[in-house]
Amino acid sequence: MTGITFIRQFGEVVLAITIAPLFAGWIAQCRAWLQNRSAPPLLQPYRMLDKLFRKDAALATDASPLFRTTPYVLFGTMVLAAAIIPSLVTDLPFARVADAIALIGLFATARVFQSLAAMDIGTAFGTLGARREMMVGFLAEPALLMVLFNAFLVFGSTALPDLVDGYATHRSVVDPSVIFAAVAFLMVLLAENARIPIDNPATHLELTMIHEAMLLEYSARHLALAEWASSLKLFNYSCIGFALFLPWGIATRGQDGGGALLLAVAALIGKLAIAGVALALIESLSAKLRIFRAPEYLAMAFLLAVLGLLVHLLLGA
Amino acid sequence: MSGAISTLMVRDLRFLLMLVTVWGVLGLAGLLRPHSIRFVARLLFPLGALVCFGVAVLAGIFLATGQGPEVLVLPLGLPDLPFHIRLDALSGFFLLLLGLAGTGISTFAAGYFRSGEGTAPALLGLQYHIFLASMAVVILADDAYLFMVAWETMALSSYFLVTSQHRIPDIRRAGFLYLIMAHVGAICILLSFGVLQGGSWQFTFDAMRGASLTPFWATTAFLLALLGFGAKAGLVPLHVWLPEAHPAAPSPVSAMMSGLMLKTAIYGMLRITFDVLHFRLWWWGVLLLALGLFSALYGAIFAAVQTDMKRLLAYSSIENIGVIFTGIGLAILFQTSNLPLFAALALSAALIHALNHALFKSLLFLATGSVLHATKQRSLGKLGGLIRRMPWVASLALIGTLSIAGLPPLNGFVSEWLLLQSFLFTPQVPHAFINMLIPLGAAALALTVALAAYVMVKFYGVIFLGQPREASLVNAHDANWFERLGLGWLAFGCILIGVQPQLALKAAAAVTGKLLGESVRTSPTVWWIAPIAPEQASYSGLILLLGIVGVVGITFVLVRLLAHGRIRRTAAWDCGYPWQTSRMQDTAEGFGQPIRHMFGGFFRMERDLPSPSDSAPRYRVHIEDRLWRAIYLPIARGVQRLADAIGVLQGGRLSIYLLYSFLTLIALLMFVL
Repeated sequence: MTGITFIRQFGEVVLAITIAPLFAGWIAQCRAWLQNRSAPPLLQPYRMLDKLFRKDAALATDASPLFRTTPYVLFGTMVLAAAIIPSLVTDLPFARVADAIALIGLFATARVFQSLAAMDIGTAFGTLGARREMMVGFLAEPALLMVLFNAFLVFGSTALPDLVDGYATHRSVVDPSVIFAAVAFLMVLLAENARIPIDNPATHLELTMIHEAMLLEYSARHLALAEWASSLKLFNYSCIGFALFLPWGIATRGQDGGGALLLAVAALIGKLAIAGVALALIESLSAKLRIFRAPEYLAMAFLLAVLGLLVHLLLGA
Repeated sequence: MSGAISTLMVRDLRFLLMLVTVWGVLGLAGLLRPHSIRFVARLLFPLGALVCFGVAVLAGIFLATGQGPEVLVLPLGLPDLPFHIRLDALSGFFLLLLGLAGTGISTFAAGYFRSGEGTAPALLGLQYHIFLASMAVVILADDAYLFMVAWETMALSSYFLVTSQHRIPDIRRAGFLYLIMAHVGAICILLSFGVLQGGSWQFTFDAMRGASLTPFWATTAFLLALLGFGAKAGLVPLHVWLPEAHPAAPSPVSAMMSGLMLKTAIYGMLRITFDVLHFRLWWWGVLLLALGLFSALYGAIFAAVQTDMKRLLAYSSIENIGVIFTGIGLAILFQTSNLPLFAALALSAALIHALNHALFKSLLFLATGSVLHATKQRSLGKLGGLIRRMPWVASLALIGTLSIAGLPPLNGFVSEWLLLQSFLFTPQVPHAFINMLIPLGAAALALTVALAAYVMVKFYGVIFLGQPREASLVNAHDANWFERLGLGWLAFGCILIGVQPQLALKAAAAVTGKLLGESVRTSPTVWWIAPIAPEQASYSGLILLLGIVGVVGITFVLVRLLAHGRIRRTAAWDCGYPWQTSRMQDTAEGFGQPIRHMFGGFFRMERDLPSPSDSAPRYRVHIEDRLWRAIYLPIARGVQRLADAIGVLQGGRLSIYLLYSFLTLIALLMFVL
């Protein structure tokens, strides 16, 4: 473990923090084009963040320290998650700290903190959002774990960089279980990041909100951090997806010189651009589900992931 | 110096026995001034806590030095039946657990018990310390006779503690149910020992280890032990006493029962399965796995719909016991499949989860005790917003909540991580069909863990966050210093095992080394754990915690430097709706509603919905365990019918009774002559 790996690690995290809002802006732009609206500028999310950081924070009289700390915790957990996920290189010193199971744990920590903070003020919408978020979360988490289990079984490790390295070295045939896992992962990604069909990031109708309802009481820098954290979350989930299913271009261990790194950055941006279009397309083509249909949707994702696992065991064993 | 330490070690067992005796003395000492709460609670309980700490230290030293078992024969008991005592790695681990959690609970209890609540303080103190001592003796016993004596003492002392507020009929009922279940369980354990002695009529565990049982009799012994210890541990469907008895008891006692007493059942199960029985069958593992997973899911689902905070925690205990049994089941399965390393991994996960559960469940039960004292409310529907009135209890309970929800970098995550790791390696088991089913088990475990987080958000959010649901809550006061100290000790334990999991892993490795002949890798540094191989999976709670704290700190400083820290306090916004009241928050029922909706088949639900024209609309929902009607009521009716039939004999006339005696005499004479 040399200094250069730490620098690369640091660079990867900084890149994640900086381009996460851009990715969110790109999706919003694609969606606007698809829906025949005039698109906001690509840098709009940064302007929003800048505006929010300038404003005075209006805090409810009863807000406890938990409420004020939570945006920082959300941001912190998402930054750490970005440090674990191999988005550019696989030789990450920090990835040894927490494997993919711990990564899911980190996401769960963020979710629990966010739900608790939403319950802190004691408004009707806050608790409603917290309840729904936990409901979606407790169904999505096992599905995500099953998707990862599938990959673990193929490569015998629970660390994400090992999976990517494994793909690079002996990926001769596509395991059919991967297809099931990929569909399940996409469904989980949509649900966990508060996107259609579970939640609508652009909604202004409080009764249908999940994610937004939890942020209603936040303002200024707290809101900015929470929004930044959620764009980081989407970025992180996308990068997990790339690492699991589209690992091409990521600089693997031993082959991570300057050229490979540049290629990795280019590949990442290309993949994000395509993923943005795909996400915008999915969101424009599907309708939001009723909240009581959400368990069915997530159970479907869960079953697909388990099916993938069974397919792998049946064919692989 | 080393000589002094080694002589100290040889006397470990004697020291331990002395400490256990001190508990008894402390209990009896209370009788000197039976009504003085200051003497009993403020003096004797802290001393008891010190003894707990001593037990933990001795057990910890014993495990760390990794020496062989120590045995002792006490000249007590019946003639020709002396008590056998044995300290080995397994009992050392559970004594460590007992000592660590007991320290916190006893410290808390020093501040908790007040005068004028049910049983007199001295009696409470006596029962409490006898309860502690009997649990220690259960763990140390090396013959069936002493084990059963201690086991029954444990059941009886805890029964009296549960019914300390015996004037309340519900509490008497709960105590009665507990007593019945405890005794049915004890009979099964007794029968199991009867089978285990294998015709030698020697009831020391040493003799039983030597007995060679056929697979049939070994299975019988195992199943009887499973019934007996399962009833004590609260394995579904033998769990019904748990949600009744735990809420009925005073909070420190609930903490002891849930945190410690359930673990003695785990201990007994491990003792018989891995130590006394000399072989195991693979399907025992599958049975335990299935029962464990079902209990875990069942407990989590029921916890999600509870409206009483202590009942919620009791159901959550059922869930955690299920998780522990899942680990034991996997360990049996791996061991019988010749995968000792993975068996060690699964067993370590089970042991560490037992330790973790002792810490965080005690912490949460004690926190509910503080809440109960401060508000006089147990119902979640009448609490809320206590984080502002009770910041100490709220912040310490938050640590327990995050731990039990299985979130990194706290301790609950460590054992769940280990257990999930061991699930990953099951495809190497040489039973194709089991291989197919195991992923479903992993899925069920993942679902349970995620559901536990749901439950704990509900628990913490409804009690401590939001607006107070009753006007009287504004008078709630924070816990006193003894209580804070006790809670703080347990919270410290949760954090310590979370960031230094190798400590717990080493303790568990000492046990698995003795029971399975194999242990997982314990890393030499303080930074990592990598139980199987460093290139397969590693985790570092410490770096994770430092990372989170570091990033949060840097973010905070950057925000302050680059932006500003100005705050304006206003009313809550709530989308501009001004008439917000505390009744608009989710109630406990409301928060559990999605679970009720999704898992409707599990519950027997009675619901009264108001009609639109009601002048005083009332919404009521009552949820019941289906198993209660499906299993327990038929049994109770059967027993009643049988008793009625036998009751015919009891005519109430002396002459008839004399006739019975005469007939019996004649019948017996027929045998003799």
